[in-house]
Amino acid sequence: MWWDKRIEEFRREIRTFADAVVAPAADRMDVTAVFEPELLAQMRERKLLSLLCPVEYGGPQFDTLTYAVAVEELSRVCGSTGIMVAAANSLGVYPVSVFGSKAQREAVLTNVARNGSIISFGLTEPGAGSDAGGTKTTAVRDGDFWALNGSKCFITNPHYADWIIATAVTQPGKGAHGISSFLLPKDTPGFSVGKRENKLGLRGSDTATLHFDNVRLPLDAMLGPEGEGFKQFMKTLDGGRISIGAMALGLAQGSLEIAARYILDDTRLGGLLGKQQAIQFKLADMAAQVEAARHLVYHAAYLKDQGEPFAKQSAMAKLYASEVGHYCSTQAIQILGFSGLMASRRVERHFRDVKLCEIGEGTSEIQRLVISRQVLKEFEAAMDIPAAAVKQYQYDKAR
Amino acid sequence: MFDATLTEEQRLFRDAAREFAQKRLYPNAERFDREERLPDDLLAELGELGYLGMLVPEEYGGMGLGPIEHALVLEEFARACAGLAITVSVHNALVCGAIVRFGSEAQKKQFLPRLAAGEIGAYALTEANAGTDAASIRLAAVGQGDHYVLNGMKAFVTSADYAKLYLVFVSTAPEAGSKGLSALIVERQTPGMEIGKAERKLGIRSSDTRTLGFTDARVPKANRLGAEGDGLKIALTQLDYGRIGVAVQALGIGEAALVESRKYAKERQQFGRPIAEFQAIAFKLADMRLKLDASRLLLGRALRKMAAGERFTTEAAEAKLFASETANWVANEAVQIHGGYGYMKEYPVERYFRDARITEIYEGTSEAQRIVISRAVLSES
Repeated sequence: MWWDKRIEEFRREIRTFADAVVAPAADRMDVTAVFEPELLAQMRERKLLSLLCPVEYGGPQFDTLTYAVAVEELSRVCGSTGIMVAAANSLGVYPVSVFGSKAQREAVLTNVARNGSIISFGLTEPGAGSDAGGTKTTAVRDGDFWALNGSKCFITNPHYADWIIATAVTQPGKGAHGISSFLLPKDTPGFSVGKRENKLGLRGSDTATLHFDNVRLPLDAMLGPEGEGFKQFMKTLDGGRISIGAMALGLAQGSLEIAARYILDDTRLGGLLGKQQAIQFKLADMAAQVEAARHLVYHAAYLKDQGEPFAKQSAMAKLYASEVGHYCSTQAIQILGFSGLMASRRVERHFRDVKLCEIGEGTSEIQRLVISRQVLKEFEAAMDIPAAAVKQYQYDKAR
Repeated sequence: MFDATLTEEQRLFRDAAREFAQKRLYPNAERFDREERLPDDLLAELGELGYLGMLVPEEYGGMGLGPIEHALVLEEFARACAGLAITVSVHNALVCGAIVRFGSEAQKKQFLPRLAAGEIGAYALTEANAGTDAASIRLAAVGQGDHYVLNGMKAFVTSADYAKLYLVFVSTAPEAGSKGLSALIVERQTPGMEIGKAERKLGIRSSDTRTLGFTDARVPKANRLGAEGDGLKIALTQLDYGRIGVAVQALGIGEAALVESRKYAKERQQFGRPIAEFQAIAFKLADMRLKLDASRLLLGRALRKMAAGERFTTEAAEAKLFASETANWVANEAVQIHGGYGYMKEYPVERYFRDARITEIYEGTSEAQRIVISRAVLSES
């Protein structure tokens, strides 16, 4: 078992908050497409936006597993709340904690811990989605400054953020090795947050474009060494995938519960739904898959906490949990029938929300690439593979 | 349904529907979805163009066309706007179709010209506790002189607020259970009938879905289709036609999702080439084509049997089950191919993903179709 009583107690605490405070707001936010400030204030008070923030800066510094449970429990009732916490922690707090200079950590993380300030992570561009190496935003050295120009899209939380992490090309022609990361305050002149996207799901969550119009940053605004940007965000996404897995897991669990409650209500009213094998078997498959997804997600988190390699496990956790979330929300709608399509039953919201988990932080197709490459690498290391096969693999890899 | 199996006339008819759908529906479908409403003048125009009288014989003001022509038009409509397609399908196949099949001469003369001219028809079968199990209908109709007095509720009535005429299934003899059901034509202006509020739903938002409440609503006995107790027979017969309508709708959504996916996969460049050149994407396109063609073949088989006047219950269930599962699969893969853009409302695949879901639910869930098909398998010798 990777999780223990302590984590289950923490789960109960988050679940109580989620059921009492988050769930009622979730329906409203889905309609208004604005995250409610009162809810955000309560999340700050509960340190949900700084779960991963190190103790030395005043943060609670939860381990990845405990953090994943928080994302799971919030997502169980509201995907938008889940992703806000997931992005703030694993795409904001994490890279600053790991790649930031002492000065950057002190300036930013102290604020995160004290005020629940949000760091928003800007990687994707209109032309650089799955191919994040294709970044077009540039940072040109100009004396003691970097001048940034370009745009980012589909960025989570920027309207609520105080700081922005952005990747930009500092050494053109060097491909992925020419990308560096910068950490800037949101009020830097020349920087602006564009319009909010109108989305299928996670409608309470903020998704927007970022614009850099000759944004001048001091040299120490760079996050980590020059040219390390690609390596950094690959590492950040490895961890981020655990959060997306946890989010999908929560939405799957929420869907399962809605279906189970519906069947029980039907039985109480004398209905025969619970006696149908077609329904019983769906429920069994949902429950088994949720449990399997939970083990994958928690195991990836556990490996990360132990300092073990976890890239393959986090890709598997995200891939599997997001497909389980899709399956469970779909089957819950089938079980509820026509009423499952109605907003008041909440499961159609889960169905829309969880679709993002198959796309964000690497589509399912990208996860399959990550996993298959890793599998071959492991076999190559462990087995005596004929030279021709190694050659073919290297040839494929080079393409 | 495949080009080669169509007559020249059918092809021309389909092309005209395609032109109308691509010009008038496709560019506006996003707005209809957002406003959760079809414009009144658009519905009126459908009537003027004859699309609301396709299955009504010419002597009653319709076009007197067959099920294949109807399916061709519906597919074009569904490719452009699935919410409008189901509105038209319910009107034509379920309401007009039932009156053509089961109405008396007087009823045909009274109602069909109005429906063909564009007064929308709604079909009220489902109740809160009678979904898949239509036999447990409770809406009570008690005879009083030459009228019935209705008390009770209908749920999830398609076109409830667009309609002028309603085909309502009631229980005229509660003690007789499923043998005590009857079908009544109800006018919109009937005192005691209340049209409920629209509930926000996942997809086909431009179609109208509401409850209908009845409190001492008086409906003339002359408006009963067939005899007392014929309700279940009528409902089950109509269900087969409704399933074909949903299968066609699903096929249209799937085809539209494939068109958008192909376009995007050829345009979108990642890793220095169009994503269509990656096998993971190209094979999705192959499977989309395969599954849509298989849906079309199943649908073609059911339509040919229908057109020949043979029983097509199992064929309709198979076509509906396969086409609706395919539509959901295709729409989902279309979102995957579009990546982050697929999650945004700027691209129509976001809507297809929502619209496809209901095709596995109404006119019998996928589970209900499997009941129909498995029973047919078991009854074979």
